[in-house]
Amino acid sequence: MKALRWAVPLLIFAVLIAFLWVGLGRDPREVPSPLIGKPAPSFALARLHDAEARLSSDELKGTVWLLNVWASWCVSCRVEHPLLMQLAESKVVPIYGLDYKDKPDAGRTWLAQNGNPYTASAVDLDGRVGIDYGVYGVPETFVVDKQGIVRYKQIGPITAEALKDKILPLVRELQR
Amino acid sequence: MTRARANVCAVFAMLALSAGAHGAKMDSPADLAFDARMRELESELRCLVCQNQTLADSNADLADDLRREVRTLARSGKSDDEIKAYLVQRYGDFVLYRPPVRRSTLLLWGGPFALLAGGALLWSVVLRRRQRLPDPTVVAGDDALERARRALDG
Amino acid sequence: MIPELGHFALILALLVALAQAALPLLGAATNSAPLMALARPAARAQALLVAFAFGCLAWSFAGNDFSVLNVASNSNSELPLHYRIAATWGSHEGSLLLWTLMLAGWSFAVTLFSRNLPRELLARVLSVMGLISVGFLLFMLLTSNPFERLVPAAVEGRDLNPLLQDPGMVFHPPLLYMGYVGFSVAFSFAVAALIGGRLDAAWARWSRPWTTVAWSFLTIGIALGSGWAYYTLGWGGWWFWDPVENASFMPWLTGTALIHSLAVTEKRGAFRSWTVLLAILAFSLSLLGTFLVRSGVLTSVHAFATDPARGVFILIFLAVVVGGSLALFAWRAGKVGLGGSFAVVSRESMLLANNILLIVAMASVLLGTLYPLFLDALGLGKLSVGPPYFDSVFYPLMAPAAFLMGVGPLARWSHAPIPELWQRLRWAFAVAIVSALILPMILGRWTPLIAGGVLLAVWIVASVVETLRVRIASAPRGDLLGALRTNSSSYYGMLLAHLGVGIFIAGVTLVKGYEIERDIRLEPGDAVEVGGYEFRFVGVTPGPGPNYRAVTGRFEVRKDARLVETLKPEKRIYNASGQAMTIAAIDVGILGDRYVSLGEPAGATAGDITGAWSVRIYVKPFIDWIWAGVLLMGLGGFLAVMDRRYRLAPRRGSVSASPSIASAAD
Repeated sequence: MKALRWAVPLLIFAVLIAFLWVGLGRDPREVPSPLIGKPAPSFALARLHDAEARLSSDELKGTVWLLNVWASWCVSCRVEHPLLMQLAESKVVPIYGLDYKDKPDAGRTWLAQNGNPYTASAVDLDGRVGIDYGVYGVPETFVVDKQGIVRYKQIGPITAEALKDKILPLVRELQR
Repeated sequence: MTRARANVCAVFAMLALSAGAHGAKMDSPADLAFDARMRELESELRCLVCQNQTLADSNADLADDLRREVRTLARSGKSDDEIKAYLVQRYGDFVLYRPPVRRSTLLLWGGPFALLAGGALLWSVVLRRRQRLPDPTVVAGDDALERARRALDG
Repeated sequence: MIPELGHFALILALLVALAQAALPLLGAATNSAPLMALARPAARAQALLVAFAFGCLAWSFAGNDFSVLNVASNSNSELPLHYRIAATWGSHEGSLLLWTLMLAGWSFAVTLFSRNLPRELLARVLSVMGLISVGFLLFMLLTSNPFERLVPAAVEGRDLNPLLQDPGMVFHPPLLYMGYVGFSVAFSFAVAALIGGRLDAAWARWSRPWTTVAWSFLTIGIALGSGWAYYTLGWGGWWFWDPVENASFMPWLTGTALIHSLAVTEKRGAFRSWTVLLAILAFSLSLLGTFLVRSGVLTSVHAFATDPARGVFILIFLAVVVGGSLALFAWRAGKVGLGGSFAVVSRESMLLANNILLIVAMASVLLGTLYPLFLDALGLGKLSVGPPYFDSVFYPLMAPAAFLMGVGPLARWSHAPIPELWQRLRWAFAVAIVSALILPMILGRWTPLIAGGVLLAVWIVASVVETLRVRIASAPRGDLLGALRTNSSSYYGMLLAHLGVGIFIAGVTLVKGYEIERDIRLEPGDAVEVGGYEFRFVGVTPGPGPNYRAVTGRFEVRKDARLVETLKPEKRIYNASGQAMTIAAIDVGILGDRYVSLGEPAGATAGDITGAWSVRIYVKPFIDWIWAGVLLMGLGGFLAVMDRRYRLAPRRGSVSASPSIASAAD
């Protein structure tokens, strides 16, 4: 026991190394959303392609839907765009866009150039709805279930793996 | 990745051209007090875009929006704690630079004081043991010892 | 060709370092003089090879060789020459080479100032340093080759991060690394002594100057980094408790404890195992800092581009070096003996208390820095630990240490009678109490926190003055110069460093207590009153710089309608990277700074720079005392090692013969 006293620093260090090892596999910048398992914040915003009409989260109750936060100024949105186009063509799940802190004209032009995967896009001019959704790095994508509960959040561009391994299986399960 | 993010922060700073100042021009004592309170609050909140900057310090566009949001809430009579709860509800505990005290942070908040108590215990144990040791040196004052050593060193 | 030569020199250096690590150690174990004698030439050869490699990289940077990936990513032909050279250590790879160069340089210094070290000890010390070198050279060659070619070569470089294009970049990293890496010498002495089983006062005396020099470099390096952040980041802070700052602060706290503990071990033969542990810890924390900065496990404002493979390598290296030395400690430390006795009130007991406080403070910083990682690893969610946490934990721990700082230097070794201490210190105490009561009221606002800070600051300064007075008074009358000369320079170094702490505390207290910060929107022609000064915003003018475009604001600062200063903060956009930078304008003064930094144009039309701007205007009383205090601490360290004792002692090799220590050591 007495001899063990001198080994205390070594033991503490061993625990530290174990934690650092686990920590190497984590991304410290990724902030998990506290919204998961909670009702999606409701919104009613002007539609991008029809400024007179509104897109309201309430009208989406009863369906599983994706909310994709994008903007024409967002560089990494271009990275995920082809995947979104494929997903839209497959008609597995409707994608709603949130055009975040963007000029509507620029947003429309961007979609005309790159293709429009969205069933509809809402315009979040001042980013208020973005704040409600805890958006901090565009693009972000939320999966919302039939009851209007947020089930998943992708921070940053959707990757092919995330789509195949996480988003699509989850969507199928929720649609059942 | 980190580098890319740093660039993003800089780009955001440029994009924020139209965002405007977060402090309006105001000089009445009430306004100054409000401004001071907001700075205090904002310096305890973490910016999510340029992480490792406080909301008060960050030039990121989102930080600007959040500051405006915080000030709007404060003007509508919300307390600092309510404002923090509002942000935590949206962004999680990550936004708080002062971690809340709860079970998972007990070690964080209690650790330093437990360590201090342990240190104090160690100190008293060492002292008690030391007092029992025979003193091999005749109690020589510091000066005497210094003089002796200097003599030895030439 | 030059980059290939540099790369080749690194490979050769690795081979030499392998020999330096293995052969002398073997020689010391088998008592083979020729093998032990290899240590010195091997260390010198290694140092020359690494210096040559570093020269090659600097050459590539200076000559704009954009066929080298490192140069192409971190430099630009428009960059002024001194920044091109500083860009050598601007990247992960380059800074690693700088680190290795420093390590080789310290080894070289050991070969120079070790003429009378026992040869077994020298062989083991240089072996351990060689082992560390092997790790870093391998790391560089396997994961982070600074000489990697870019095919085809880039026409132009991507430029150095604008934040790094600053005189701070020229001085801060080299000084900081001198400190970090300098602790490797104390570490190597400790490990060598553990291997050899000889941990006596002589060992402490040999370790002491190396430790003090490294600590002084680290101190000044940290001060420069803090000052740099103050004027470049544009929001007027000087310490953020950012993980990277903490990574430098933890070795500093441990090094400070080590300096004090070495004093006890040298003079009284006590605390030997504790001192060895601190020597191991100080360098281990430097290595941990390297891991934290380069592996990406924590977010930080100034982290390097990260890569998991690098993280894995450093972690394994960390486990080997630190784990190995702590295992050695566990095995040998129980056998080193205790040293002499001392009373509850004695210089030893106070130094022990100081050590415990410093280490508890260090452990708290470590806990706070890594806590987000702990929780995340356990799947308990993400949180942030920031300045509010560190402030509320750190101040209560440092307050008693600051109090002890006043008493310690006047306390006698072994037993310090309290009445005598009280008699000597009551004036200092009275002055401190009175200042704490009155000074904040004169300055405009009395709060317990400000009063506490003033109390400690004045207490330290007054007790330093008193300590000096007692020393001089004990000398023959009338001969002031003679009286001053009877004290060693290490004694004055200690007093100077303590004085620096007092001034530092004063600066922190006053700036935190009385700073005024305004974020405000100003139209050209507007004026605002901040902290008794009127700031008038004249307007901004655009203009070119050497490798950037700038807009320069103009603010007239008036006090009582008299023009004090015209401040010209800048906003720059760098040509190559398109990155924006804020350069604050500061009117520096002994009694405080006036600080203006430009935010963003805030006029009615976007991008119109001629209209209103958002501006940060700060008045920071006594802020420069913070850096002045820290610089004094560093200078105190340098003054301490000028002591003749350290220069003369090794030549005779008879330090351990001093009777009181020899007997205490057995």
